[in-house]
Amino acid sequence: MATQLETFESNLGTVRTDVTRATPSTFEAAIADAIVEPAVGTSLPFEEVSLANTDVVCDPTSTQLREAACGVTAAAIGVADYGSVVLEATPDGAEFAGLFPDRHVVVLRKRDIVPDMAAAFERLGDRFRDGRDDAVIATGPSATADMGELVHGVHGPRETHAIILESEEQSERDGETRGENDVQ
Amino acid sequence: MSSERAAKADRIRHLLATEGDSVGENARGFNAGRYDSVERLEDYEAYKDRARAIKEEAIERLPDLIEQVRETVEENGGTVYVADDAADANRYVREVVRDNDAETVVKSKSMTTEEIELNEALEAAGSEVWETDLGEFVLQVADEAPSHIVAPAIHRSREDIARLFNEQFDLEEDLETAQELTEFAREYLGERIDEADVGITGANFVTADTGTMALVTSEGNARKSVAVPDTHVAVAGVEKIIPTFEDLQPFVELIGRSGTGQDITSYVSLFSPPVGTPTIDFDSDEPIADAGSEDREFHLVLLDNGRMEMREDDQLRETLYCIRCSACANSCANFQSVGGHAFGGETYSGGIATGWEAGVHGQDSAAEFNDLCTGCSRCVNQCPVKIDIPWINTVVRDRINRDAEDGQFDFLVEGLTPDEEPAGLDLQKRFFGNFATLAKLGSATAPVSNWLADLPPSRLLMERTLGIDRRRELPAFERETFVEWFRNRDVSRPVDAEYHAVVYPDLYTNHVRTDRGKAAVRTLEALGVAVEVPDVAPSGRAPLSQGMVATAEDHARDVAADLEPYLEAGYDVVVVEPSDLAMFQREYEKLLDADRYESLADRSYEVFEYVYGLLENGADPAPLGSAHSGADDATAGTGTETGAADIAYHSHCQQRTLELEPYTIDVLERLSYDVVTSDVECCGMAGSFGYKQEYYDLSMDVGDRLREQFEAPDAADRTVVASGTSCLEQLDSLLTRRPRHPISLVDPGRVD
Repeated sequence: MATQLETFESNLGTVRTDVTRATPSTFEAAIADAIVEPAVGTSLPFEEVSLANTDVVCDPTSTQLREAACGVTAAAIGVADYGSVVLEATPDGAEFAGLFPDRHVVVLRKRDIVPDMAAAFERLGDRFRDGRDDAVIATGPSATADMGELVHGVHGPRETHAIILESEEQSERDGETRGENDVQ
Repeated sequence: MSSERAAKADRIRHLLATEGDSVGENARGFNAGRYDSVERLEDYEAYKDRARAIKEEAIERLPDLIEQVRETVEENGGTVYVADDAADANRYVREVVRDNDAETVVKSKSMTTEEIELNEALEAAGSEVWETDLGEFVLQVADEAPSHIVAPAIHRSREDIARLFNEQFDLEEDLETAQELTEFAREYLGERIDEADVGITGANFVTADTGTMALVTSEGNARKSVAVPDTHVAVAGVEKIIPTFEDLQPFVELIGRSGTGQDITSYVSLFSPPVGTPTIDFDSDEPIADAGSEDREFHLVLLDNGRMEMREDDQLRETLYCIRCSACANSCANFQSVGGHAFGGETYSGGIATGWEAGVHGQDSAAEFNDLCTGCSRCVNQCPVKIDIPWINTVVRDRINRDAEDGQFDFLVEGLTPDEEPAGLDLQKRFFGNFATLAKLGSATAPVSNWLADLPPSRLLMERTLGIDRRRELPAFERETFVEWFRNRDVSRPVDAEYHAVVYPDLYTNHVRTDRGKAAVRTLEALGVAVEVPDVAPSGRAPLSQGMVATAEDHARDVAADLEPYLEAGYDVVVVEPSDLAMFQREYEKLLDADRYESLADRSYEVFEYVYGLLENGADPAPLGSAHSGADDATAGTGTETGAADIAYHSHCQQRTLELEPYTIDVLERLSYDVVTSDVECCGMAGSFGYKQEYYDLSMDVGDRLREQFEAPDAADRTVVASGTSCLEQLDSLLTRRPRHPISLVDPGRVD
């Protein structure tokens, strides 16, 4: 049996999304590897990490957004069964940073991965009623088949990359055992 | 009349030649994707049940839900306008656009705005309107209507699109690849989105409790159309409302799978507008975040346009459950051949389009293409909300018949074909609908009737008056009917049989293909069943196919009355013709009282299903014909070709809908036959359809896919068997091998 994290990772692969696992201590290196410059981003709502010490320009202007090759934003939920991530709109413009640049890097905490769509909708329902009520369930890059064959990167990103953030302990335990900490 | 038919045939031929290949390739791709994708979904059936239950509840509570949406959207800071009709909706959107001084409006794909022709209305008022979905953009450039509700430009190949763009735009270098075409469209439309003041979208769903719109897309254009312009207008039919946010979940899992065969599309946007994303000004050097979202404006236009009347209409109500996924179109064999430009009314296309067009544009719009539904029922199990689409088509066909001008054909019809239909009914429909009368007459006067029918002057007359294509071979009536054969034969009945069964003498088995009836009787008797073949009324399938619902209902009542004593005495009903079994099990629910329907439906079986049940319950298969006995026949010089043990089997559409195909395969395999099956949707004949002059070419085009499959190396030498009468007739004209009913292989008295 694959763990939930492994299922998620393998489904991300199926929907053409690269994956990196990171811990708070390896996060900045992971960002450096994942981005293409110039990169813009919006602040991550996670205590453990921030984009402050990376090459990502946070709080971008519209010109910076337009010129960016890469956007970095957070995801609120990961859906293991589909390899989907839930991207919430934020007042600093996460919707734009994840949509305009050619490459989108999504940062997601491992504890925010849920097994399936039913679980995702339970969480989303609560969030929507709490007022965080604009979200996109994104699965892989933007795509179209309207021009006669499948092409990626239409109005949205051509490439997607997920960084899954584990705690240092989780990461160590994952090396030894499988499964038990994956469902939170 | 015949010139109308000829014009229709011409148009179909034109579409077959110009758009058919591209539509077919794409629709079959979606279709195959759907089969794979739903296979991977655990509890697919349970999801469909939930989806249907949500829609039933939503439509039931619709007036309340509309008010709830108004409250929640207004609480979020948006406005709701319920528009009575197209003009009302267009006027409202025009005013929003005018109030925003919007020179440029960008749109994300929306069939509802196609329905009301919003683009034309806005352009007439001086705005520039751009479709940002690439498929819609192609159509806008080509000035064409969508051919498909999900993939609107499905009928155009890449080469076509490249030619179009190279002609229409002033390009430095010609575009060629899909990548180049996409990049060009993205750049071009990106500029339009940036300069737009108003973004217009549809909505796949609107949730009443949170005022959230779900937009199911893959390109990202809906997100940009919502986020970039300050003002967002969403136009949605009132039927798009569902009660709660959580109700979205089954639809999110079903809609992509049902439509294009993707597990999920790239983006499922859940917006409770006005959205919180800051407004963006591309000329400003301030951080985007500083702008805030206070300037955002949102208008939800909920469109009635006939929908509330559909809600009151017991037959059309189900149409409102439709989530516009296109599974019915993709699974439709005729659609695969000609696409939405033949299979569509003013806006909607595909199987469910008849219901939509009848509801929102009126019967005339539905009438244009209603006949292209052959009632094969292949779409029924594909619909994620379980809408009985063929039934809606039948009902609308009936209404169209009833609105036809009276008296046109009185002189031809009176006395010959008494039925319950209006006098103005199209003569062709009346002819096929009254096949029972013809069959009786045909058997009574056979072989003269067969000889007469085949004479060139007769064929010409039939073509002129009835539109029966001369190229079609007509059924040859047997002088001795199946019922008479059974009555006349001298076979003693088993004394203490455990099973008693009536073999239903459907019209074809009784008058034309009596052999398969006889084979069925001998097979059941060999397995110890006490068999009866009483004279039972025709099922009503023939009139129903022509939309003659009242006549079909009469037949249904007669059948139920004729079979009642047998059912009461413990008999099962065994049916050879799958389309008649489907009548008993599906359509009779609409035509009979619940009790009579249930007792018949519960106790009727397809012949192989019944044989399978007998074998499972311990009956000895030894007396039955097997692959080995076939080989014996061959050595005995009865003409059986080598390889007779190898079977190529085509199951009937309705038999597959009822999920009965496996029984035939299982029984044949038990008897040592090696079976390969066809997996194309349909043979293309579907009852009377292929006989009709205007549809002959389409019928043969659909059939060609089956021919290819059965002429492929792994099937080319196999004995061809098919369950349905029409399938047999179609296969007969498609192949050089003569097809037969599988029961003839199992028949203990088998003669090859």
